[in-house]
Amino acid sequence: MSDGYLVLEDGTVFHGRSVGAEDVAFGEAVFTTAMSGYQETVTDPSYAEQIVCFTAPMIGNYGVAEEREESSRPHATGVVMRQLGGHAWAEWLRSHGIVGLDEVDTRALVLRVRDGGSMRAAAVADEEELTVADALEQVRAQPPMAGQALVAAVSTPEPYVFSNGSGPRIAVVDYGAKGSILRRLARTGAAVSVFPHTSPAEPLVDFDGVVLSNGPGDPEPLENEVETVRGLLGRVPILGICLGHQLLGLATGHRTYKLPFGHRGANHPVLDRRSDRVLVTSQNHGFAVQPSDTKEATHVSLYDGTVEGLDFPGLRARSVQFHPEAGPGPHDAWPILDEFVREVADAG
Amino acid sequence: MPARRDLESVCVIGSGPIVIGQACEFDYAGCQALKVLREEGYRTIVVNSNPATIMTDPGFADRTYIEPLDLEGVASVLEREQPDALLPTLGGQTALNLAVALAEGGILDELGVELIGAPVEVIRRAEDREQFRAAVRGCGLDVPASTIVTALDELGCVALPAVVRPAFTLGGHGGGFAETFEALAQQVERGLLESPIRQVLVEESLRGWDEFELEVIRDRIDNVVVVCSIENLDPMGVHTGDSVTVAPQMTLSDEAYQELRDAAVAVIRAVGVETGGSNIQFARQRETGELRVIEMNPRVSRSSALASKATGYPIAKVAAKLAVGYTLSEIPNDLTKTTPASFEPTLDYVVVKFPRFAFEKFSGADRALGTQMKSVGEAMGIGRTFSEAFLKARDSRELDAVDAAPWSRLDDDSLPEGLHPWFREQIALSREVLAAGDLFRAKRAGWSDHAIGAAWETDEHAIKRRRDELGLRPVYRRVDSCAGEVEAGSTYLYSTWGEEEETAPSSGRPRVVILGSGPNRIGQGIEFDYCCVHAAQTFRALGFEAVMVNCNPETVSTDYDTSDRLYFEPLTPEKVLAVCDREKPVGVVTQFGGQTPLRLARAIEDAGYPILGTPHSAIDLAEDRQRFGSLVEQLGVRCPPWAIVSTTDEALVAAGGIGYPVLLRPSYVLGGRAMRICYDDLQLDEAMQAVHGPVLLDRFIEHAIELDVDALCDGEEVYIAAVMQHVEEAGVHSGDSTCVLPAPALTLSAALEVEHIVKRLGPALGVVGLLNVQLALADSTVYVLEANPRASRTVPFASKAIGVNLVDAACRLAAGRTLRDLDLPAPRPAQVSVKAAVLPFARFPGADPVLGPEMRSTGEVMASAADLPTALAKAERAAGRPLPTSGTVFLSVRDEDKLAVVPIAAALAGLDFDLVATEGTARTLRAAGLELTEMAKVADALEGEETVVDLVRRGHCDLVVNTPQGRGARADGYLIREAALVARVPCVTTISGAAAAVHAIASARAESALSLQERIQRGGTHGSPDPLLRVGDTS
Repeated sequence: MSDGYLVLEDGTVFHGRSVGAEDVAFGEAVFTTAMSGYQETVTDPSYAEQIVCFTAPMIGNYGVAEEREESSRPHATGVVMRQLGGHAWAEWLRSHGIVGLDEVDTRALVLRVRDGGSMRAAAVADEEELTVADALEQVRAQPPMAGQALVAAVSTPEPYVFSNGSGPRIAVVDYGAKGSILRRLARTGAAVSVFPHTSPAEPLVDFDGVVLSNGPGDPEPLENEVETVRGLLGRVPILGICLGHQLLGLATGHRTYKLPFGHRGANHPVLDRRSDRVLVTSQNHGFAVQPSDTKEATHVSLYDGTVEGLDFPGLRARSVQFHPEAGPGPHDAWPILDEFVREVADAG
Repeated sequence: MPARRDLESVCVIGSGPIVIGQACEFDYAGCQALKVLREEGYRTIVVNSNPATIMTDPGFADRTYIEPLDLEGVASVLEREQPDALLPTLGGQTALNLAVALAEGGILDELGVELIGAPVEVIRRAEDREQFRAAVRGCGLDVPASTIVTALDELGCVALPAVVRPAFTLGGHGGGFAETFEALAQQVERGLLESPIRQVLVEESLRGWDEFELEVIRDRIDNVVVVCSIENLDPMGVHTGDSVTVAPQMTLSDEAYQELRDAAVAVIRAVGVETGGSNIQFARQRETGELRVIEMNPRVSRSSALASKATGYPIAKVAAKLAVGYTLSEIPNDLTKTTPASFEPTLDYVVVKFPRFAFEKFSGADRALGTQMKSVGEAMGIGRTFSEAFLKARDSRELDAVDAAPWSRLDDDSLPEGLHPWFREQIALSREVLAAGDLFRAKRAGWSDHAIGAAWETDEHAIKRRRDELGLRPVYRRVDSCAGEVEAGSTYLYSTWGEEEETAPSSGRPRVVILGSGPNRIGQGIEFDYCCVHAAQTFRALGFEAVMVNCNPETVSTDYDTSDRLYFEPLTPEKVLAVCDREKPVGVVTQFGGQTPLRLARAIEDAGYPILGTPHSAIDLAEDRQRFGSLVEQLGVRCPPWAIVSTTDEALVAAGGIGYPVLLRPSYVLGGRAMRICYDDLQLDEAMQAVHGPVLLDRFIEHAIELDVDALCDGEEVYIAAVMQHVEEAGVHSGDSTCVLPAPALTLSAALEVEHIVKRLGPALGVVGLLNVQLALADSTVYVLEANPRASRTVPFASKAIGVNLVDAACRLAAGRTLRDLDLPAPRPAQVSVKAAVLPFARFPGADPVLGPEMRSTGEVMASAADLPTALAKAERAAGRPLPTSGTVFLSVRDEDKLAVVPIAAALAGLDFDLVATEGTARTLRAAGLELTEMAKVADALEGEETVVDLVRRGHCDLVVNTPQGRGARADGYLIREAALVARVPCVTTISGAAAAVHAIASARAESALSLQERIQRGGTHGSPDPLLRVGDTS
């Protein structure tokens, strides 16, 4: 195991020990505060082009299992840990070509990112192979996350049927959909079909309901996708999740913006204003919908007051910024998916 | 929803004396709750029988009642105060059981008191096994297969192995495993006796399953958050209180953890806890993932205190706010201020808790760990990795080297069977790191300088020097409940290695470091935490920054609110000096934390940090018998003849000169560890075999009255705060004896003599702060037994009895004030106060439940009344041993006590008690003209003849007076005492104790409770109720 390091675009260096692939990974340095679910996190397509730091101190304790994967491959480019908790996880990182550093002062990194905002970074497995100066130069040559359209790289190229349930027919637009969304929908008995991000509105409106999935990157450059969503409005019930929520926001005339360092974790409280109830949610987003004067959010973050949910009853469209499907994280918001399926079934 | 304004006053019930399974955590919970309730504008009333708690300090509530926690005691307070609500969820099982009794007795309805926090049907649903099982099954979860048994003949076809759990008992008390039917029958019998509702559960044994606990909070609009997950290293079968535990859980995948979380949320909803915290325990089969819900506490618990300290999320505070109407999203997180209490904590460190045992105190007791809790305290370690936290917690136990405690060896074969392979691997890795010889990596793994020194065949000083050369120093990180995601002004810190330093806010005021007392153990418990908390409060009030170092997660001192900065660290020289090096204090306070800080004082002074108040040299002077002996001689003060000896031969020669009986004791020891009274050469020879190194032999003064004095000294003048008299004669450890203030047997001349002695000792020793002197009074002669220039165990009791905060005064003296500056009022207790000890014998079957020179009590209670018998009777009630007023008394005393037992027996006969005795005692009593029934000793009984043990077991005996006949004749007396213990019959083992008990039975009066605030006020305006008792106010 070689000595490696993580360098942020501001030049801060964090030393560590390489436990994953012997490579150099570039991406936006972000952190998640979820204490379990490392494999789910790394395989979540929303982590594309990101180096993810786990604040939980020991990662890899309970090994790996295929059923925990949120997609067919890892999407995070690098993994940063305070301490590796098991060999199987290191082996998994290596076999998937993911750079992994442990023995890193992750708390210092978190405080740096919290105070300085998320930054471009490089995770270098072997400091002998690449000097900090060279790495830093390459980091600064990377495109920043703001303005990046990343869904094309993670969406399915072709439509496919995920499940043949006897319940309502649900179309999921895959901007980088997590497996948990599909599995949770299928569990309700819905017949789930998945469409590429390029899908026009036409096949979608024939379904009983459309779920706009999560996905990586900045929503703003996704003009075609937003256009499609606009084409769906009022014609079919819609549920947006995470990036899907942001696209619905853009389609309804809202703006989106980049959060200083995002929300990533499994403990964020969200207030459902209609019931005054708190949901403990799974979150993973770097962008958010700007609140507007005309539209009151249904859900707000009790952490920083940002918009966490919207509802357009007239358009039969609603959305949440957090992840009701969990995976990883608490199941408090499962009913959002369940209710959506039930409602479209009742309507149909 | 804001706080409820239909309530104006709230009564909080504490948990009473420290017992195994119920310790300082409820003082911590109670203090937090009272703080919150007062901030919210409620009038607060607190009832607790434990004087050593912070929650019973007069400043913590509007009305403080130190009264027995029984139905009568609490009901009398409720009647007097007429509160609108009763909050029972912060005082452990004791408070919860009382709430149920008060509700069932109709007292709450009658007085119009609302039960908040947990309604009675919720308590029942959680505590009654049958109802709980129904509730759990109702939400689709499994409980262990089981049968409820209320009589032995209901044990039909139970599958073995099985576990026996009595309903409504502390810490699983009275329960156990059984592999055979005979063992099962025995366990069930014991369990039925322990359970106040005579009900036990016999259930499927889950031995070897993994054990998890979740701390869950729910508000009245059904929001639920999980504060913390805790995983037990010792699998099912070992009580969680005795288990090493880790937070957060380490071995579950997200889907497995979420399954637990869902189950916990479902259970809290099904049981119906609406405004507060609960602890829910699960067993999980490691391979199949099968889950069983084991139990739920609908209240704050030991685990919730641990979870609060582990996460920085103050569960009791939040629970109290929820109980008065707030919701989780309305309560701000204490540490971040900007996020709400509905933000579940997330940890970027690992926390490990180790139990602290005291088996060495109970020779003969079974040391095997099981479902019945046996540990007396706990220590917590925080580290950035499991290994670091584990090793820090393990080092925090402060074991004496001789103790063969669980987890003392970490090689693979010594680790507990059934330990999860992940923990086994982590421990193996940390051993490898130590063996590899890289100092930085060894420190980062959590090894102490001491451990590294031992492993590398050098010593900790050499390792420290090596570190200094390399510039290897610990850094400090904050506990912030959010893994750094939110800016938090937290002042709660722990050390780690090889990371960035994180500074905590500081005001720039001069700092004092206060050293806490570490894990509870026998001889060092909550009294010292009380002292440390007051020290922090006083130094803050004096304009210092108070910096606390401690590692006991149960305590108020480790509440981050108590001090300006809290370092959660082992109390070892390495860690404490590292804190000093960072804080650069103007002084270190060592006189309040019991023996723990005293052991560190030398190292602290050597490192150049001044000890505030009494210098360490005074301790040395007091502890070094040679020097103390000459000092005492110089002052013209008498002490019993003594000698220091190293070998048995020397001891025998010395004893010849001193004269038997002799008291043998090693120096610098806690709670009379290994103290023995020897009456002849044979006993002395035997006792010497058990000790190492030089020991002290004192002439043991028989039939002496023992006195305990707490005083303050500013180096010149002395303030005598309390002269307390022990009910039991000298020879019973002062910590175990019942103690009375003011001292009833003290004549004016003896009182003056005591005063004279203490006033000379204080300045001569160089005391600046607290001084405790123990004296013996025999034949009008006063002897000094020992002087302790530090806070004693009796300081909280004395402070409350006289209405003067002694710790506050001692801190002011340590900070440079004089007694003249303080101008303390003369102590004029308005009432007689009694402190009684609570002993854990019922936990240690096999150990002889008899009082002696070795301290074995875990806690104490206080009771005050206008006269001694009433106070004493109340104290016995508070200690859970209410004295009978009629019935049968069994008497059996050793030969020396035969004469003295006659008036006691006569008095009992006069009170219409039936007397029963065995042969020897019966002869004496008959000769004195008393009528009685004679019964056979166990050893002499004929086949089928009823013995006294049968009598006790069948519940036909209401009081046992049994003074032990030397050490050899264990059999009969021991069997009687054990039977009394099991049958919960009060058993008095000293003749003076018996005399006091009879006095109390004969003369106790019904008296209404008086709050501490009222008593203090009366003390200021009235004199003592009885001129004979006016001892304390001679200063």
